[in-house]
Amino acid sequence: MPSDRILDEALDAAGRAWLADAEARCAADPDAVARLFPAARRACGRGTLPTGRPVAEAARIRLLLALPLRGEELGRAAFDLYRHGDTAERLAVLRGLDPLDHHRALGEAGLPIVRDALRTNDTRLIEAAAGPYAAARLDDDAYRQAVLKCVFVGVPVTSVAGLADRADGELARMAADHARERRAAGRDVPPDVERILRLAGEREF
Amino acid sequence: MRIFDPHIHMTSRTTDDYERMRDAGVRAVVEPAFWLGQPRTSPDTFADYFDSLLGWEPYRASQFGIRHHCTIALNPKEANDPRCRGVLDLLPRYLAKDGVVAVGEVGYDSMTPDEDEAFRAQLEAAKEFGLPALVHTPHRDKVAGTRRSLDVVKESGLPPEHVLIDHLNELTVEMVLESGCWLGFSVYPDTKMDERRMVALLQKYGTDRMVVNSAADWGRSDPLKTAKVGVAMLEAGFGEDDVDRVLWRNPVGFYAQSGRLELSEGEPDAEYAGNTVRRGG
Repeated sequence: MPSDRILDEALDAAGRAWLADAEARCAADPDAVARLFPAARRACGRGTLPTGRPVAEAARIRLLLALPLRGEELGRAAFDLYRHGDTAERLAVLRGLDPLDHHRALGEAGLPIVRDALRTNDTRLIEAAAGPYAAARLDDDAYRQAVLKCVFVGVPVTSVAGLADRADGELARMAADHARERRAAGRDVPPDVERILRLAGEREF
Repeated sequence: MRIFDPHIHMTSRTTDDYERMRDAGVRAVVEPAFWLGQPRTSPDTFADYFDSLLGWEPYRASQFGIRHHCTIALNPKEANDPRCRGVLDLLPRYLAKDGVVAVGEVGYDSMTPDEDEAFRAQLEAAKEFGLPALVHTPHRDKVAGTRRSLDVVKESGLPPEHVLIDHLNELTVEMVLESGCWLGFSVYPDTKMDERRMVALLQKYGTDRMVVNSAADWGRSDPLKTAKVGVAMLEAGFGEDDVDRVLWRNPVGFYAQSGRLELSEGEPDAEYAGNTVRRGG
C-alpha cells in the first residue's frame, strides 16, 4: 500500500480536497462510499503513482480504510463494492484487502472476494487476487490452485505473493503434471513452471 | 478508415467478429444495454449484465485492439415487466461508472404507460448524471413513436444535442433533424436501413449530426455494416473526410459530451498482440 504521503503528492489541490471530503463522508456514513468509489478516478485523475499503480486505485483504498467498519461488516461492505464495481474498482478492492487486514481487522472476511476473482478469466483480477492477502489467508489447496491458474492464464508467478514461503511438494507435483501435459501436446512449457519447482525444492530440502 | 461503431451488442458476438471488425478498421465501440432476446425476470440478472458491460466485455474487446464503452438503462421492452422495475433503483450506482458514456437504450417499444414512466425517469437520470441519452425508436408504428419520443425529450428539458434518436429511416429523419437531436441509423442485412439507402440519406441531408451503426446483436445482423457504409460513401463520391466525420468524429462528438470517453489510452495497438481471449481453468 502506498503511503499517504505518496498519494497526497500525486494529487493536485482539488484532488486532495475531494479525497479528504470523501473520506470524511465515508467515515460518517458507510453507505456514502457506493457513489464516491466509482467517482474517484474522475475526481483524482488518471495518473499513476511512482509504484506504477493508478492514483485513483490508491484513493479508493483510502476510502475503504475510512469506513467505520471492521471484520465481518467490513468484509460485507467491501464485497458489495467489488460485486457492483467495474474492473478498476474491483482491482482497488482486491489490492485493499491486505491493508484492511492489517489496519481494520478484516480477518478472513475478504476471502469471498479473492475466491470470486480467482474464478474469473480476467488476468488483471487474477493477478490482483493472488496478492499478499491471499498468501496470508488462503488455505493450502486454494493457494496452490491460485498459483496454477496464474501459470495457466499467463500471469507471471513473480507477481504471486508468498510463493517462496508456500510452494510445497504438492504444488510442485501439480506444476510438473502441467508441464507434462504441455509437452504431450507439443507445446512449450512456461518458464514459471521451472521457477515453482525450484522454489518448492528449496523449501522441501 | 477508422471506425467508431456507436451501437453494437458485442455480448452476443464471437471473437471472430472482433477480429474481422479490427481488420475492417473498427477501433472503438459503444455497447448499449438492451434486451437479450430471452426476457429477464429479476434486477439481479441485469446487475450481472451491467457488470459484464463494464468488466468482461471491455476486457475481451481490448484483446482485439478495440476500445469498449457502454450505455446503461432499463430498456423499453423489459420496462413492461413489473419484476424488472427494480432495475431503475440500480441505475444510480451504474451511471456513476467511468465506462458509462450515456443513458440508454431508453424510449418506446409498444408505447405503454410503463414504458412512458421508465423513459421519463431515465431522462431525468441523464440530467442528474450529466450524461447524454441514447433513444431507441420502435420498430412498429415508428413514425408515431419517433414523434412521441421527441415530445418526451423536449418536455424533459435535456438539451437536444445531448440526445441521439436511433434506428431512423426515410420517414423519421426530417423530424429529428428539425429537433436538433443527433440522428442514428442502424444498417442491417434486411431490415431497418441498408448501405444504399444510407448513402442516399447522407446525400440529401448532409453529414451533420449523422451517426451510423451496425446495431449487431444476437439476431441476423452484420458487425461490418459500418465499414460497408464507408465503402459505399466513397463509391458514391464522398471524400475520405466525409467518411471520417460520419464513422468517427460524429459518434465521438456525441459520446464525448459525457466527459468519460477515453480514446487516447484506448488506441490499444500496444497491448493488442496475441488476440486470443485467455481461457482459465
